Amino acid sequence: MLRNLAFAALFVAAPALAKDLVVEAGPKAQERLQSALLDARPGDTVRIGAGRFELTDGLSLDVNGVTVRGAGPGSTVLSFKGQLGAGEGLLVTSDDVVLRDFAVEDSKGDGIKSKGADRIVYKNVRVEWTGGPKATNGAYGVYPVESEDVLIDGVTVIGASDAGIYVGQSSRIIVRNSVAKYNVAGIEIENSGYAEVHGNQVSHNTGGILVFDLPALPRRGAGRVAVWGNSVVDNDTPNFAPKGNIVASVPTGTGVLIMAQDMVQVGNNMLSGNGTANIMVVAYRQPFDDKGYDPIPHDIYISVNKHGRAGFAPAMPGGPLLAAAMGGAIPPILWDGTGGSEVRLVVNDNVPVLGLGLALGASLETARPAEVKLSGPIAAPLAPIALPPAMEAAAR
Amino acid sequence: MKALFGAAALFAAALLGRPVGVNDAAITADGYPAHLSDYAFFTDLASRAPAQRLFRYDLETPLFSDYAEKERYLYLPAGTRARYDPDKALDLPIGAALIKTFGYRVDGAFKPLETRVLLHRAGGWTPIPYVWNAAGTDADIRRAGTRIPVTFTDPAGERHAISYAVPNQNQCKDCHGLAGQVTPIGIKARYLNHGGQLEKMLAAGMLDRLPVDAPRVARWDDHAAPLDGRARAWLEINCAHCHNPQGAASNSGLFLDLARTDPEQRGLFKRPTAAGRGAGTRDFDIVPGDPDASILLYRLQSTDPGIAMPELGRATVHKEGVALVRAWIAGMPKSGAKR
Repeated sequence: MLRNLAFAALFVAAPALAKDLVVEAGPKAQERLQSALLDARPGDTVRIGAGRFELTDGLSLDVNGVTVRGAGPGSTVLSFKGQLGAGEGLLVTSDDVVLRDFAVEDSKGDGIKSKGADRIVYKNVRVEWTGGPKATNGAYGVYPVESEDVLIDGVTVIGASDAGIYVGQSSRIIVRNSVAKYNVAGIEIENSGYAEVHGNQVSHNTGGILVFDLPALPRRGAGRVAVWGNSVVDNDTPNFAPKGNIVASVPTGTGVLIMAQDMVQVGNNMLSGNGTANIMVVAYRQPFDDKGYDPIPHDIYISVNKHGRAGFAPAMPGGPLLAAAMGGAIPPILWDGTGGSEVRLVVNDNVPVLGLGLALGASLETARPAEVKLSGPIAAPLAPIALPPAMEAAAR
Repeated sequence: MKALFGAAALFAAALLGRPVGVNDAAITADGYPAHLSDYAFFTDLASRAPAQRLFRYDLETPLFSDYAEKERYLYLPAGTRARYDPDKALDLPIGAALIKTFGYRVDGAFKPLETRVLLHRAGGWTPIPYVWNAAGTDADIRRAGTRIPVTFTDPAGERHAISYAVPNQNQCKDCHGLAGQVTPIGIKARYLNHGGQLEKMLAAGMLDRLPVDAPRVARWDDHAAPLDGRARAWLEINCAHCHNPQGAASNSGLFLDLARTDPEQRGLFKRPTAAGRGAGTRDFDIVPGDPDASILLYRLQSTDPGIAMPELGRATVHKEGVALVRAWIAGMPKSGAKR
């Protein structure tokens, strides 16, 4: 008990001793910046000055409770153009970390990865591949994985060859007020649960917002994902992902894509200019051995979204023929029909829904496209995600 | 402070003409001694002559690090011994140290580049990298890592000029992290059990026991040994420190430890998770019978930092290791192209 008290006192006293470790641009930036990330103690801030930091290797942080803060994403630029090693620009493996006000450019692999890093805040950060969308760009922009409590707020990701903002195998997640453009996938919530994606601008990706549950991963998605109040507009960049990845199968012009995940609510979004569909709901179609995996989505509620033009260039196999047969465009909401009524898909948007009537594992050629009526009672909204107050404070 | 005290004690011992032992305080005290010499692991640094209770060892199948040669030592404090474990790393006491010097041969002589120490302190294992000076008389701490231009000739006679990477202290944990704790990797019975090494440790009183059925891995380049054992040993030592359920690549679902039996977890017809462009244009980690369709091989053959595996410590392709894994995958029965 006494020891606990002493420990508590130490903990409370820590912020008073918190210090700034200041790193300015200039020669030996790699070593000075990495040294600061190693020397920081809990409560400290690694303050990165304005300017370009030319880096040759990935940076990493493994100290709890550290803030890494730049002078703004237009001013403090960590450039990995000359990167020779490591799989990402910045790797965070500790808890209670705040990353804010800087940019990561042109990393060879992922931009910023945080793994097993609970209560992490990404605020006002930019990750960009400056040459535009290219298959040689790194995979993920910001990439928290295997974490509890994730806040991504005011982040911009441009040019990721997989997903711009990717949250995987995590829970209690908020992605808000962020911009994802010219990525293959704009925002992806994968094998995760208890997530809110709202107030984001998602444009010119191949696919805008993806909510996936995939087999053969250590952690399954728990569902309960709310996608609301986003602008998902003009996602029209041809898919430039390497073929083997799951996102390589996302058709160009996809707005919101829900695959195999349960309890997803899509509401109050502005959806327009998505040539394949504004919203798609599908089962996982690949063969799998994972016995506990359910490839069919359940409890999907779509309501009160604003739909602009969509379905005018459906990029899935047979899409152009289908569009021609339907007078030039297919309906803005597309459901593969797999699982039938078991899916419990409720659509209350004022637009038609195209059902494909596909059996599980059947090829797209066997589709029996037909308009389907799916309106029904509106579900009670998912409980809002409440992150620890310290995280919200750090994001202000 | 304690390091200073340790240095003073060493100096006093030298003056008195006593045999100089390792500076135990430098291992166990908090902090980061500035020089490799502070530990007194070597009685003469220029020749790297080991102090007492340093046990030189090597691994039957070692991690590939840009064809660097490695001198490995285990240090155990007086009165202690390692505890045998059939599966995990030997259980080493507080105060133990693992010392690994990397270097290349220049005109036939081994020239050290860096020495990584792994110190067993009360709070856990602490990794610290040291980089040798040009004269080869001592090595200085480089917690933030560095790069060193290196030229060398590989065993096939090919010349390489590379930017050799000394890892930063956190990157040590990328490989040595197991369930969030830094842990030794190579010092496992199955990697040490050759050339009488474990017997020597036992005889020297540095190991508590040695069962007759202690496991051993295949030597990766022993062409007389079964291909499966060689390839899996090579994959384990090079990959499984990350690719296991408690390692840095836990989220990948690809697990390459030797004990793993589930075919999909081992990569067979396993789709990538977050491989990004590391997948190339391939669909599965391993396609039995088809190495050129296997992501695993694609990543082993690359030196691009966004593609190459392992992510750290490799600026060259391990041609001989790639050939081994290629032959292993090629030799797997094709499973009716079921996908």
